[in-house]
Amino acid sequence: MPSVEAAAPLFAALADPTRLALLERLADGEPRPIVVLAAGSRLTRQAVSKHLAVLRGAGLVARWPAGRESLYALRPERLAEARAWLDDVAAQWDDALARLKAHVES
Amino acid sequence: MTDRIEKSIAIAAPVERVWRALTDHEEFGAWFRVRLEGPFVLGETSRGRISHSGYEHLRWEAVVVAMEKPRLFAFTWHPYAVDADKDYSDEPPTRVEFRLEPAGKGTTLFVTESGFDSLPPGRRDEALRMNKRGWDAQVGNVKAHAER
Repeated sequence: MPSVEAAAPLFAALADPTRLALLERLADGEPRPIVVLAAGSRLTRQAVSKHLAVLRGAGLVARWPAGRESLYALRPERLAEARAWLDDVAAQWDDALARLKAHVES
Repeated sequence: MTDRIEKSIAIAAPVERVWRALTDHEEFGAWFRVRLEGPFVLGETSRGRISHSGYEHLRWEAVVVAMEKPRLFAFTWHPYAVDADKDYSDEPPTRVEFRLEPAGKGTTLFVTESGFDSLPPGRRDEALRMNKRGWDAQVGNVKAHAER
């Protein structure tokens, strides 16, 4: 499980509707150029590019050159870390409930 | 998913011209967007840096494995080596092959990248998808470069 210090920037990057929507568009694993990611949204390419930079900073998205173009792809391993952290918090809560149950039933 | 990527494109330039666009390291660098340190030599490692702005930190490294003028040029490399901190040298490389066939006064260029099945499971699908899109763009760039 990532530390709190490592998890916080991850969740900060996720805490934005535009960025969540971008992750959703990349969720099938297909890499896409900005022009495709910006299509159908009201945002300019520059705005989309800024949001992608935040996602890249958190390691959630990778950028790769293809000639004149840049392709963006989801980095599922980083998303798995966020999930692992939530799972761990949930597991601790389960433990607490188990202790409460043991306590009141004893 | 398969083990390979296959692309082909019709180029309105003779085979000799396309051969030069692929095997002259400066011409290759112009369309691929990489600054190579020296010419491609059969059996040797070609080194350089990506010249696309924003990617200057990315190294280029490939081993030339075939140079059969003017029909076949091939190298091996580590595809989608996206993690700057990671050493990919333990992974089996993929093979990129350029085959040139005369078609009238022009050329049909076939680009094949194979060997994805040997990549670690966590890397295979991502590298295959990324380079599939990548070669889509790059065959267009070779064409534009050779037809100029």
